Amino acid sequence: MIATTSTVLVLVALIVLVPMTPGWEKVQKSFFNGPILIKTFPKLIEAFKLNVMIFLWSAPMIAILGLLVALARNAKSPAMFPLRILGATFTDVFRGVPVILTVYLIGFGIPGLGLPRPWNSPYIWGSIALILTYSAYVAEIFRAGIDSVHPSQRAAALSLGLSEQQVMREVVLPQAVRNVVPSQMNMLIALQKDVSLLSFIGPVEIFRQAGVFKSLMANFTPYVGAAIIFLLVTIPATRYADYLMERQSRERS
Amino acid sequence: MAKLKLRNVVKRFGDITVCNGVNLDVDDGQMVCLIGASGAGKSTLLRCINLLEHTEDGEIFLDGEDIAVPGLNPQAARKKIGMVFQNFNLFPHMTALENVMLAPRRVYKKSRTDIEAEVVSLFNRFGLADRMENYPDQLSGGQQQRVAIIRALAMRPEVILFDEITSALDPQLVGEVLDVLLELKKQGMTMVLATHEMQFARQTADKICFLKDGEIIEEGPPDQIFDAPTQAATKEFLMRVLK
Repeated sequence: MIATTSTVLVLVALIVLVPMTPGWEKVQKSFFNGPILIKTFPKLIEAFKLNVMIFLWSAPMIAILGLLVALARNAKSPAMFPLRILGATFTDVFRGVPVILTVYLIGFGIPGLGLPRPWNSPYIWGSIALILTYSAYVAEIFRAGIDSVHPSQRAAALSLGLSEQQVMREVVLPQAVRNVVPSQMNMLIALQKDVSLLSFIGPVEIFRQAGVFKSLMANFTPYVGAAIIFLLVTIPATRYADYLMERQSRERS
Repeated sequence: MAKLKLRNVVKRFGDITVCNGVNLDVDDGQMVCLIGASGAGKSTLLRCINLLEHTEDGEIFLDGEDIAVPGLNPQAARKKIGMVFQNFNLFPHMTALENVMLAPRRVYKKSRTDIEAEVVSLFNRFGLADRMENYPDQLSGGQQQRVAIIRALAMRPEVILFDEITSALDPQLVGEVLDVLLELKKQGMTMVLATHEMQFARQTADKICFLKDGEIIEEGPPDQIFDAPTQAATKEFLMRVLK
C-alpha cells in the first residue's frame, strides 16, 4: 500500500514537474521526437543484428578461454607453475585495463600491422579485444566457482582412485559451473552492452547507426531508440539472472 | 602376513603433530576399530592410509609393499583401499547409481553394461534397489551413507577405511549403517574404523586401538581393552564415554 502510494506520487511528480522545466520543450523535440523514432527504429533494429552477431560469436569463445584460464590458475603441480603465472598475468592485465582501451589498442593496433584480408578487419580484432577482456572476468568467476566446491568432494573422488584430471572434470567442474551460472549470466548481459564499444573502431552497429541518424537529422531521438532496444533485451535477461540466483540461494538454504 | 601394516607413521600440520609414530597391523579379514577422543588423530590416520595426506615419516605397507613412498602415484593404492566419510560426500550432481558407477567406469574403463549387473546387485543387497535413480538430496542420511559404502565397494577394494561414518546420522538411522558393516565383516572384508560407537566396536571388532595425542597407546582384543585396560588414559576415556 505504502509502496503503491509512493510510486504514484513519484510518477505524478515526474509527469507534472518535468514538463514545467524551462528547457523541456526543446528536450522533448530533440530526444523524444515521435516521428523520428518511428522512422529510424527499423534501421536501428537492423543495425542491432550486428551487435547480436558479434555477441553470439564472442560469448562461446569467452566461455572456453575463461574456463581454460581458470584451470591454468588452478593447476596444482609444481611443473605447472609457469602456466599459473601466465593465467594470473592474463587476468591482471585484462581486468586492469578499461575495455575501451583494449578495444582501441587491439582494434587499431593489430590491423595496423598491414595484415592481408580478412585479418585486418576491425570486426575480428574488436571481437578479440572483447573476448580477452571478458575472459579475464569470466575466468575469475569460474575460479571462485571451483573454490566453492567443498574439498571433501575432491577427497571422496580421489579416494575412489580417480586421477586429478578426472576429479576436476567429473566432480569439481560440473558443480563449480552450476554454482556460477547466475554470475555468468550477468557477464553476458554486460557483454551485450559492451559490444557497442566496437563502434569506436569502425563497425556500424546500433550505437554508431544511431549516431549517423543523429548527425543526419540533428536530433538525439535515435539514441533513445537504441536505448529502448537494449532494454528490450537486457531487462528480461536480468530478470532471468535474478530468478536463477534466487532459486540457487533457496536450494542452498 | 599383515594385509595392512603401518610403521612409525608421522603426520604434522605445521607445528602440530597429529600422528606421532603410529604402528598398526591389520590382518586379512580383520576389523580394527580406532577409538579415542576427538582430535586424537583417528581421522587423520585414516586419511594418511588412503594417501589423502602426505606423511612426514614412516611406512605404510599394503600386502608388504610400501605405498607411502614419496613420488609414487597414489592412484594405484587408492584403487585397492576404499574410504567412507563422516559426511557421506556423495556427488550431489549425480544419481545414486551414477555415484557408484563413476569410478569403475573412469578408472577401469569399464562400460556401463559391464558393471551394471554387479552394481545393481549391490543396491539390492543393501536394500536400496528403489533408490538408484534418486539424487543424494532425495535420500535420508542413512541411505546416503549406504550408497557411499556401495560406491566404495564397487571398486572391489581389498581394505575399506570408515571415518566415523555414523557420527552425522540421526540416532535412529545408525543401526541400518552398522548392519552393513556387520554384513561386510561376515564376508571377510578387511576394515579399519574410526568410531565412537563403543557398543558396536566391542561386539564386532577383532582389535581395538586406543589413540591419544596421535599415538596408539594401547591395543588388544575388545574384551581386554574394555574390561581390563592397562593404561590410565584408556581407563579414563572409557569411563567417560561408557559412563
